[in-house]
Amino acid sequence: MLLKKLTEACGASGNEKEVRDIIIHEISPFVDSVRIDGIGNVIAYKSGKTPAAGRVMVTAHMDEVGLMIKEIDSAGLLKFLTVGGIDKRVLVSKTVVVGKDKIKGVIGSKPIHLQKRNEWTKVLDINELYIDIGASSREEAEKIVSIGDYAVFDTQYEEFGDDRIKAKALDNRVGCAILVELLKSSIDTEIHGVFTVMEEVGLVGAGPAAYTVEPDVAIILEGTICYEMPDLDTYDIPTVMGNGPAISLVDRATIYDAAFRKRIVEVAEKNNIKYQYRKTSMGGNDSGSIHTSKTGCITTAISVPTRYIHSPLSVISKFDYDNTLALVKAVISDLEKEAL
Amino acid sequence: MDKYEFLELLTNGHGVSGFEYTLSKAVIDAFTPLCDSVKIDKMGNVIAHKKGSGDGAVKIMMAAHLDEIGFMVKYIEDNGFIRFTTIGGIDPRTTIGQEVWVHGVETILGVVGSKPPHLQDAKEQEETIKFEDMIIDTGYSKEKLLELVSIGDTITVKRDTVKLLNTKAAGKAMDDRAGVAALLETLKILQGMNHYPDVYMVATVQEEVSMTGAFTSTYHIQPDIGIAVDVGFGTTPELEKADTIELGKGPGITIGGNVHPTLVKRLFETGKVHGIPCQKDVAPGPTGTDARAMQITKEGIPALVVSIPLRYMHTSVELLDLEDIHHTARLLAQFTNSVKEGELEGLLCF
Repeated sequence: MLLKKLTEACGASGNEKEVRDIIIHEISPFVDSVRIDGIGNVIAYKSGKTPAAGRVMVTAHMDEVGLMIKEIDSAGLLKFLTVGGIDKRVLVSKTVVVGKDKIKGVIGSKPIHLQKRNEWTKVLDINELYIDIGASSREEAEKIVSIGDYAVFDTQYEEFGDDRIKAKALDNRVGCAILVELLKSSIDTEIHGVFTVMEEVGLVGAGPAAYTVEPDVAIILEGTICYEMPDLDTYDIPTVMGNGPAISLVDRATIYDAAFRKRIVEVAEKNNIKYQYRKTSMGGNDSGSIHTSKTGCITTAISVPTRYIHSPLSVISKFDYDNTLALVKAVISDLEKEAL
Repeated sequence: MDKYEFLELLTNGHGVSGFEYTLSKAVIDAFTPLCDSVKIDKMGNVIAHKKGSGDGAVKIMMAAHLDEIGFMVKYIEDNGFIRFTTIGGIDPRTTIGQEVWVHGVETILGVVGSKPPHLQDAKEQEETIKFEDMIIDTGYSKEKLLELVSIGDTITVKRDTVKLLNTKAAGKAMDDRAGVAALLETLKILQGMNHYPDVYMVATVQEEVSMTGAFTSTYHIQPDIGIAVDVGFGTTPELEKADTIELGKGPGITIGGNVHPTLVKRLFETGKVHGIPCQKDVAPGPTGTDARAMQITKEGIPALVVSIPLRYMHTSVELLDLEDIHHTARLLAQFTNSVKEGELEGLLCF
């Protein structure tokens, strides 16, 4: 299964190879051309039956947040840095896989029995944490792990609840999966499908990709913030799980084109696709780099609401996934008729 | 079944204090072929009895607790999120971002959700998250969830035990299912010995909250010697070396008020004679183990504590060296075999 394969692959920012290989394998038979650019982005072209009215680029970032080994101590324990925005509080008492051989390791912490009074109220800093792979010495660990190796959470893809999926890295393998499905589908319209690198460390891959493709219109597919704590007021909830794809209004990197957004909403309503707005200005995505590339372009971000992103596990609804794919298809086919 | 398979079976299973019964059968099945009788008492303790040649003249009880720390459902929010409380001593910092099993009518998957960093303010990551601010998301609406889950249902961390390098393994509830695995290994070794004492192997309940199982099973068995087989703090950089025992160097043998000094001496001698590595572990007062209960049951029972070194105790990634389980079992079997007819009184003489 595509989303299982994609989410269980390791692909911290800068180390997207495993994800990229899966994507290229999946899409190659269905596109006219596919290539890897100089920094690792996958750039695919599908001619479709009809040329689009303007050049349409659809993107999803391949990378995920993760860890990088920075030191191996004398006991064979691995000190690490974070890659991308990880709340250090989610790291404790978790399992990870390290390096391309996926060596299993654990991040433990001090037994509560030996803690000072209220010590648990102090957040453990990254420098206080380490990965234990069971090595007995530095020499032994160095045979298996090198400084600079990446590590990611060791989380399985599972379906649960009513129509839910739990996996790591749904931000943004969910976008990758939808883009793969789109490229494999029999859409009529010509599109450029781009899978970018290093979004999580500063929207790095998307700018050069946009420079290459020179889109008139870009659609960014994401797994975006969904946080629905019971004590929040309705207006503080960024997206609601089960309410369909979230259309971005504004975030820290882009003010999205209002005319395009209105057209997407019309398309959604015409096709009876449930949708919602992304009601927070926090966060950002590849649009930030894309809409400012060269002379600029019009962008939108259409996202699957994703709970608990940037932690060992994230959650989406299959309903939202299906409707995001449906909306993106409908928007693209609408772009065939009339340029923005 | 080798020592890892049994340990994996137990640690991948679930049973917070008071709810150990889901694991009883696995323990009974493993112990039965190696014993004369196995039963479950009123509290849920699994008690296996292996007769010695002395016809019950000397009784040694070994206890390892079967329960684990965990959580309990206390409230279900309108959107289906579960609020929970803890059973046993858990550091809240180990709980956020964890996958869990909610043991309702069915056992269902849940996740302890975390707030994405994008929505946090600058200071938020410097504050720990309290249990009362955490939720479990099961992916069900309140209506559907209420068909499956009730207030009072238990929750355990979902963690499959993983094998690490060498003979190390990590998982949840190694405390103290590693001890139960050591009891099984001990029974296996005892098969080849014509030991004098009767041996009672007890997988106790509710150690993590009150040592209830050890109190009642000790009362029932009335052993001459009681041995708690538990886990001890394994050495890691953030701990004082003096507070810990090292992985791979055999069990810790507790020295202090909770244990009987001449029995401790015998235990160290046993290790020395048979070339079994063991380490000193000092505890001046009552230990937080079943030996505490054993020592003060009825008229008082001479006790010992043997501890398997374990890193990251009470997290879901408790890490040990499987060889230490083997060292522990050898030590316990040889100790049992060392107690000869007519020797007990002298052995216990202060």
